[in-house]
Amino acid sequence: MILDWLPPTLIGFLLVLAGIGAVRRMNLWRAGQAEKVDILAGLLAMPKRYLHDLHHVVERDKYMSRTHVATGGGFVLAMVLVLFVHLFGVKSEILAWALLAALVLMFCGALFVYKRRMNPPSRLSKGPWMRLPKSLLTFSITFFVLTLPAAGILPEGTGGWILTLVLSVLILMSLSEMLFGMTWGGPMKHAFAGALHLAFHRRSERFGGGRSTGLKPVDFGDGVTIKEVHGVAKPTDFKWNQLLGFDACVQCGRCEAVCPAFAAGQPLNPKKLIQDMVVGFAGGTDEKYAGSPYPGVEVGNAKGAPDQIITNGLISSDTLWSCTTCRACVEECPMMIEHVDAIVDMRRFLTLEKGETPNKGAQVLENIIATDNPNGYSPASRTHWAADQNLNVMKDVKQADVLFWVSDGAFDMRSQRILRSFVKLMKAANVDVAILGDEELDSGDVARRLGDDAAFQSLAKRNLATLSKYSFKTIVTTDPHAFHCLKNEYGDFGSDALKGVEVLHHTTFLNRLIKEGRFNLSPLQGGSKVTYHDPCYLGRYNGEYEAPRELLASLGIEVAEMERSRYRSRCCGGGGGAPITDIPGERRIADMRMEDVISTGADMVAVGCQQCTAMLEGVVEPRPVVKDIAEILAGQLIEETH
Amino acid sequence: MQPSVKVVSLVSVGRHPQSGRSRRAEQDGRAVELGLKLASAELTVVHAGNAQEQVLRQYAGMGLLSLTVLEQESDCDAVPVLVSFLQDKRIDVVLTGVRAESGESSGMLPYLLAEKLGWPLVPRVADIISIQGGAAEVLLALPRGQRRAVTVKLPFIASVDNAAQEARQTAFGPGLRADVKVLNVDSVVDEAASQWQISAAKPRPKRIKVVKAKTAADRMKAATAKPMGSGGKVMKDETAAEKAQAIFDLLLEEKVVR
Ligand code: SF4
Ligand code: SF4
Ligand code: SF4
Repeated sequence: MILDWLPPTLIGFLLVLAGIGAVRRMNLWRAGQAEKVDILAGLLAMPKRYLHDLHHVVERDKYMSRTHVATGGGFVLAMVLVLFVHLFGVKSEILAWALLAALVLMFCGALFVYKRRMNPPSRLSKGPWMRLPKSLLTFSITFFVLTLPAAGILPEGTGGWILTLVLSVLILMSLSEMLFGMTWGGPMKHAFAGALHLAFHRRSERFGGGRSTGLKPVDFGDGVTIKEVHGVAKPTDFKWNQLLGFDACVQCGRCEAVCPAFAAGQPLNPKKLIQDMVVGFAGGTDEKYAGSPYPGVEVGNAKGAPDQIITNGLISSDTLWSCTTCRACVEECPMMIEHVDAIVDMRRFLTLEKGETPNKGAQVLENIIATDNPNGYSPASRTHWAADQNLNVMKDVKQADVLFWVSDGAFDMRSQRILRSFVKLMKAANVDVAILGDEELDSGDVARRLGDDAAFQSLAKRNLATLSKYSFKTIVTTDPHAFHCLKNEYGDFGSDALKGVEVLHHTTFLNRLIKEGRFNLSPLQGGSKVTYHDPCYLGRYNGEYEAPRELLASLGIEVAEMERSRYRSRCCGGGGGAPITDIPGERRIADMRMEDVISTGADMVAVGCQQCTAMLEGVVEPRPVVKDIAEILAGQLIEETH
Repeated sequence: MQPSVKVVSLVSVGRHPQSGRSRRAEQDGRAVELGLKLASAELTVVHAGNAQEQVLRQYAGMGLLSLTVLEQESDCDAVPVLVSFLQDKRIDVVLTGVRAESGESSGMLPYLLAEKLGWPLVPRVADIISIQGGAAEVLLALPRGQRRAVTVKLPFIASVDNAAQEARQTAFGPGLRADVKVLNVDSVVDEAASQWQISAAKPRPKRIKVVKAKTAADRMKAATAKPMGSGGKVMKDETAAEKAQAIFDLLLEEKVVR
């Protein structure tokens, strides 16, 4: 046959092109900053990360997970077999039959992709993505027909050169998408970049459920050589594996669907942000972006280049300041992309290098630096709230079983009610507890998330120095933000102060006390309906969903769950310094969260965070009552009379 | 603004009112802000004291490429070294705060400098609108948000009021990288000050304010109305000698001059 050479040649040709594309793409990533990654271990761990961690996230959308297994699995299998059967010309009917089976599998999957794309939800990107199911179908059909002779179903040479020609055209079309597009920036890029991203992930401890902060400390040098720029100014200031991570995005828009800032009409859309990062390091404009824009910002005007300052024309700084760092996007992203650390990296540049923290940001940072608390109160008044609490102070007792980390709630009258309730419970349980008193400083959470890592590190180091003077087994705090800092961020500063110390949120701690029978509670009467708001920094950041619920259950409360609860909990809008930078939107995030609460019919919402309390109580009445779990428990405490 | 004006802002080490910790002083920060507005990158910022002081980095973080320090011990008098630095430099405007947040905090420094240099002193400015043809158009801050426009011949010294534009955010990185130029100067120990005994001030009891206003409009009026000076008089048409005599008489009467 005259044209028999054509299909294998095409396959080979496209493979070579794909190879060239892969090298070019890798060079784009390598323009980023160096970062040590264990390449071999990463590659070896990749299949497990894919099958376990990534699939765990995809699995939340059953339809898509089955579709993806069929399509993706079928494609990978088929592609390997295609190489043997059609490129190397291995004559084996078994292989050919296996190939046919893989293609059928892929075809079925592709049908479902097609169906999803008939009426796609707004979170999905359109544009080239609309063409993908057609390419998938074409691929499976074409190779199915091409393989029939090899499987012995059709005699060799069926259809003559016309069929071969037709098939060759189809091969060119579908393989261009599948191979060429994979490395030259088409939709299939997600498979290539995604696989490598899983292997070389910047926060690899997250695989297998490890808790960690996404933020790495800024290197301020040794005080002798001074670094040129702190934070990320240009795309090439990101680490190379961050750039790789951006490239893995499938534009599924799951992050967009859960982002509270997007829903509030603030100019942030995590999907668009990631796509803009790709535009940045690959160079070009966002004209081809075919998804939802940043609310209120037109698509098509953003330009980027690897060495261009990001906030000069690629994205506006308001986009960066809209984020509450709630990590809903990170939790939901099937490609395990880390949005929050990228956002904070860019904020660092704005704060540390440009001095452009918006609205109250500058004032708050100045206060933190001068008084160790964000509102500029006198450091000597930090313990005034406890004047009548008869609490031990570490400076006097030097050691205790439990160190109660009070947090900046000490300065706020509403938060003080939570603190007092918690103290009351601890006293009822006879806990040997002490506080740091005026020696305690702000945890640094706000400073860090506003991009001022210098202030954060200064606070962290001084706090650690204080902690190292005393001995205790457990730290408990009522503030999930401080909890996260103490538990997951202070470890970066080479101090032994927290070695062997258990850091707990007060709900976890109280739950233990109850289980040990350390105090007695009367059930909550009155048949009020209660729902529970999961604070992001307790739930998504630290995986504690059960203790608060068990505590409520111990009062006989059956939690009327909100639709968005546990890992899908919607942020109250209070994190990441968002209330300080206060970027205008169409709605307030706290109002939306309160609507979630109201839709359960609850008349009380239990929370485990003073910041959440402040945000939710800031919603105009009438609305359900907002109470910290410690307050609810303290109200039901049966005090023993002696 | 005209790029050719030579502006010097003098800065000191401030003190946070709550924590007592060193910080960028409120008014000095405003003096730098105003200086940046007038001279942008050409602005010279000068501190007399310790060159290692970290707070200087906070001023530098406002976008200064360099900062000049007249190195001297904390018990030295700032006036003579500043005078010898400012003399013969063809400077147009010197900006200072109204009073320092630490040290003597007497607010005398701009007056002493003006006296020694023989330049006019413009106290409590809110803004300098323009500098043209050897004179500046200056807005003075008066109580209750009032302003008075005056024209001042260059060179002059101005102390910057709290009503002036707030100091911009300081950026850590540029502050760290700015060049601190240390000048060795012949400093003079402040003998008088070394004799003083310093003790903490007691807060003066506040006079209770009796608000007679019944309506919101009255309260608004009370808060914003011009103070009705009762004893003063405005002299416009009299001769200069008559005006001077009137001032002299007043000073005698108030026992300022004996
Ligand atoms: S962290 Fe939260 S607010 Fe920020 S982009 Fe992600 S979902 Fe949106
Ligand atoms: S960042 Fe993740 S969740 Fe968002 S669109 Fe991309 S792949 Fe989907
Ligand atoms: S305030 Fe509460 S809900 Fe909001 S970011 Fe913090 S933990 Fe999340």
